[in-house]
Amino acid sequence: MTINETSAKTGHQLERLWISLAAVGLALAVGAVVIIWAGRSPLLAYYALWDATFGSWRGFGEALVSITPLIFTGLSVAFAFRTGLFNIGAEGQLIMGQMGAAVAGYAFAGLPAAVHVPLALLSGALLGALWGGIPGVLKARLGAHEVINTIMMNYIALYFTHYLVIGPLKGHSYLPVTKQVLDSAKLWRFIPPTRANIGVFAALFMALVVYFILWRTTLGYECRAVGLNPDAAEYAGINVSHKLVVSMMISGGLAGMGGAVQVLGVQHRFYDMFGFTGYGFDGIAVALLGNNHPLGVIAGASLFGILARGSQNMQSMAQVPRQIIGIVQAAVVIFVTGEYAVRRFLERRRISVSANDFVSTTSGRDSR
Amino acid sequence: MKRSLMLVLVLLLALSLGVSAKTGPKAVMVTDVGGLGDQSFNDAAWRGLGRAEKELDAEIRVVESSMMTDYEPNLANLAESGADLIWAVGFLMTDALENIAPLYPDTKFGLIDAVVDAPNVLSVTFKDNEASYLAGVFAALWSETGVIGFIGGMDAPVIERFEVGFRAGVMDTNPDAEILIGYAGNFDDPGKGKELALTQYNRGADIIYHAAGATGLGLIEAAKETGKYAIGVDSDQTVLAPQHVVASMLKRVDNAVFFGVEALVKDEFISDHLELGLSEGGVGLAYSQGVEIPDSIKKAVGDANEAIAAGGIVVPSTRAEL
Amino acid sequence: MAVLNKQPAVELKGITKTFPGVVANDGINIKFHAGEVHALLGENGAGKTTLMNILYGLYPPDSGEILIEGIPHTIASPLDALKLGIGMVHQHFMLVHPFTVAENIVLGEEPSQKRWFLDMKRAVRDVEKLSAQYGFQVDPNAKVQDISVGMQQRVEILKALYRGAEVLILDEPTAVLTPQEVEELRQITDNLAKTGKTIIFITHKLQEVMAMSQRITVIQKGRVIDTVRTDSTGPVELARMMVGRDVVFKLAKKEQAPGSTVLRLENVHAEDERGLDALKGIDLEIRRGEIVGIAGIDGNGQRELAEVLIGARRVNMGRILFNGQDVTAQGLRTRRELGISSIPEDRRQRGLILDFSLAENAVLGKHHQTPFRKGIRQNIEAVREYGCSLLARYDVRSAGISTTAGSLSGGNQQKLVVGRELDSDPDILVAAQPTRGLDIGAIEFVHQKLLEQRMQGKGVLLISLELEELLNLSDRLLVIYEGRLVAEVLPQDTSEGELGLLMTGGKKAAEVNRV
Repeated sequence: MTINETSAKTGHQLERLWISLAAVGLALAVGAVVIIWAGRSPLLAYYALWDATFGSWRGFGEALVSITPLIFTGLSVAFAFRTGLFNIGAEGQLIMGQMGAAVAGYAFAGLPAAVHVPLALLSGALLGALWGGIPGVLKARLGAHEVINTIMMNYIALYFTHYLVIGPLKGHSYLPVTKQVLDSAKLWRFIPPTRANIGVFAALFMALVVYFILWRTTLGYECRAVGLNPDAAEYAGINVSHKLVVSMMISGGLAGMGGAVQVLGVQHRFYDMFGFTGYGFDGIAVALLGNNHPLGVIAGASLFGILARGSQNMQSMAQVPRQIIGIVQAAVVIFVTGEYAVRRFLERRRISVSANDFVSTTSGRDSR
Repeated sequence: MKRSLMLVLVLLLALSLGVSAKTGPKAVMVTDVGGLGDQSFNDAAWRGLGRAEKELDAEIRVVESSMMTDYEPNLANLAESGADLIWAVGFLMTDALENIAPLYPDTKFGLIDAVVDAPNVLSVTFKDNEASYLAGVFAALWSETGVIGFIGGMDAPVIERFEVGFRAGVMDTNPDAEILIGYAGNFDDPGKGKELALTQYNRGADIIYHAAGATGLGLIEAAKETGKYAIGVDSDQTVLAPQHVVASMLKRVDNAVFFGVEALVKDEFISDHLELGLSEGGVGLAYSQGVEIPDSIKKAVGDANEAIAAGGIVVPSTRAEL
Repeated sequence: MAVLNKQPAVELKGITKTFPGVVANDGINIKFHAGEVHALLGENGAGKTTLMNILYGLYPPDSGEILIEGIPHTIASPLDALKLGIGMVHQHFMLVHPFTVAENIVLGEEPSQKRWFLDMKRAVRDVEKLSAQYGFQVDPNAKVQDISVGMQQRVEILKALYRGAEVLILDEPTAVLTPQEVEELRQITDNLAKTGKTIIFITHKLQEVMAMSQRITVIQKGRVIDTVRTDSTGPVELARMMVGRDVVFKLAKKEQAPGSTVLRLENVHAEDERGLDALKGIDLEIRRGEIVGIAGIDGNGQRELAEVLIGARRVNMGRILFNGQDVTAQGLRTRRELGISSIPEDRRQRGLILDFSLAENAVLGKHHQTPFRKGIRQNIEAVREYGCSLLARYDVRSAGISTTAGSLSGGNQQKLVVGRELDSDPDILVAAQPTRGLDIGAIEFVHQKLLEQRMQGKGVLLISLELEELLNLSDRLLVIYEGRLVAEVLPQDTSEGELGLLMTGGKKAAEVNRV
């Protein structure tokens, strides 16, 4: 029985991998059609796409730069999702994390790197956690839907940081940016001259941490229970509201740390971007692709990062507009989720047939 | 099978790389996140390169950045690919260029709207406030209600120059005019721009000037809808609605970009900071061809133009100087 | 019965259907005749519903054929089935609650006027005619949300008849009905059979099979065991065919005197989700070594009562004493730790997390205690070990400790819940509908466990809709009606008929002493 069980499990995972690869293949095919339609060569375009990341160490390093924040935001969205929360606010949490790390990065002079770097990272994570925690509390206390509130928090983060860089924290004569972080707060870049930095290892480490929390701790067990069935979780004596807040804080902390890594490793200061970075929103797609599993998130983030890097190279090498990559990304998401949807549907039917249990559907259930 | 595939690939590559039969320099540009199609300075820069292709037989190319963090690798990539001159369009690329330019000392770089001090970088900034001053003069004379609007994208130093120059122009021309100021908080939301514009029109404004990128396109919509007037920015936006966009402040990014390529061809490229104002032809004010502009207005604007060029009027650039 | 010689209305020949890992139907042959009520009897998971879903066009069979009036047909969808005159009434009704009865019945087949306009008058007339024809007594203009569950079922049956059904499949039709309503349903099916309709009736309840059908086909593990005439068989034989072994129907319940009071409710008031008063002053006492049964029609406050006891619902007034200690303000976790356990009425929604593994479900509610927790970590090994032992001790049959609870059959899911709750050795067990939807074997198991609790001197509160179960197990029976306990009776002094009356607020309620 145990042999059956494990082989069934690996079989299931292999199937999943196969689905994802097929989805990527299909999406690239769709992209190829569009590229041909645009009058360009898809082979050249895809060669450029490949070459951007794998053609040189420089490209590879820059691809890591693109991948790193997506791992953080993907983990953020995935963790919240495991608790049944839809965190659309990774974007705002990341922005706050950037600001927190930037300020901590330049404000504390004279610290050794071994102290300064963790301090700055933690500042970012804390601000992100705060930013995620607020909608968490609103949900737990007032039942206010987290989707609405996390979106609102995104805008508050955007405009609040905007105010800071043109006002009290303005760090440049005419640019809307903060001061540069001190050298002691910068993350070590290991593939010079690229900006690839040890932040990517921080991201991988956090993926491990997320896995550990979710599947190896009591907290994670309770969070997953709440995510899968809040009613049963409540009946089991789990404090559901508390889990909602904690989960949103962890989720926000992850996104915030992503922002911190971005500042300490790549930008070296907070920039006002006159709009959203997009990392938070791409994080939703990454989590979706990765089936809300840390390993899946790493894979999804890598795919999106490589595509993003490649889109720039495709422009210069094959003169394919960057929007094409947007189409490919969207197609990957559609195909992967489409596959999941079909599979889920089939599984549902299977279950409902094999177990003709009495299921009460007449009693209206409130969504508490 | 595999081998033949490789063969095709290599052939395709060779073909596509071999097509460049241009004699001029390879001049390329990196857009900021606004990208092409902004009806503003990215488009203007691309027009400048287009002119260089025609007149100087330059081989041109553009890479649009999706994210802030793309600037550095995009600049580096183009440098690696053997470009002779790379234009970094937009002040957001300052840090990126500061980092990249020293790594490729044999490649020339140009920067729009900001300054990087390096031996291979030509920095170009514009005196937007001077042309905005002209727009202010124009608006003060055009307005019948004496209420005049301004819509900015985000309240940042760059946009402040537009606002302050414009206000100075209005106040010097009609001290009794009321000026309404609104900021949209972004550069890419025409809906928000329209909302702001309608509010200002409702409060009595009959002409509004904007410095808000794509957000400003909403102003033009609102002007068309209410039958009132607008002043465009950066590119000549009077063509978008000649009856309503009666004038447009021009920022000749195209000229700057073309000038850079030309200097390279003539071997006159120097690392420098060019500040292009009215006297250098870097900025200006264009009139719509769709309406009758009274000569009195043209004359007043012309006078102001001369006065600024001659130094008779010093246009402020920050609120503190106003 | 002469009909048996005629051409069968529906014949299933060699129907086989497999799902990954399960043979749901294995070469099934059955003939259904016009004018008969034919029961399909089998345990949960025996394959009855799968078979009927195939007949109704929801799934294609892997092999075998379906003959309607002797002609083979491929039924690819419910639409095909309806065209062939096959209608199905599912366990859970598919009605639009704010619509009227007539509107629900004609939905999708609305009579129209001048092509564009709904002809509601004609719809009402049609429904009245149909209803009178078979003795349904439904008001076409009543809103579905205002009528009883039994009425709603009739609306579903009428819906099928309106679409011209000659063959009517009823999936577990009695599960939601009161004894009176079951009797009324019997009259309706008899009437329908008399007019030549074919009634196929899926159930696992022996009594109803005996009362309602003319012939019975017993299915076990996807195979037909036999088709027998109802008048030539009996419950004992049927149970043996169904389960494959002899079944004890009435568990021996030893007389024993109850001990000290373990749980006491004093004038407890509570609201339901909509903020309406659901419990209006409940006084209740449960002593050690007794099973107290709560009888009542669904929705009279049973769920709220159970939730108030375990701490899942706020008490507005009154108090709850557990072993003399006031626990009114205590939360779920504290009460659990004090020794209040519960079998929730809806095991899939509240008892289990279906996507969790069996091991994870086994510790649900005690996951925060040693040895399942080590600091912040969960002791995966201990959880697994405990899960394995629980499965073994409570005879939960599964494909392994790592499979999900959702993959278990209903009976095994309930065994898991019961095992988990009893294993923490509670002083009181609140069992809400503990045998709902279970087959005979599992029911027997649950009943045994409840009696064991009683034997060990624990208190049990049994909330059930099954009167037979209440009468068999309880030491005392309380009737709940509109949030009040309106009567207390002793099982040996009452009957299903009397209980039925009390449950509907019948006149006797006034005379009986308030508890």
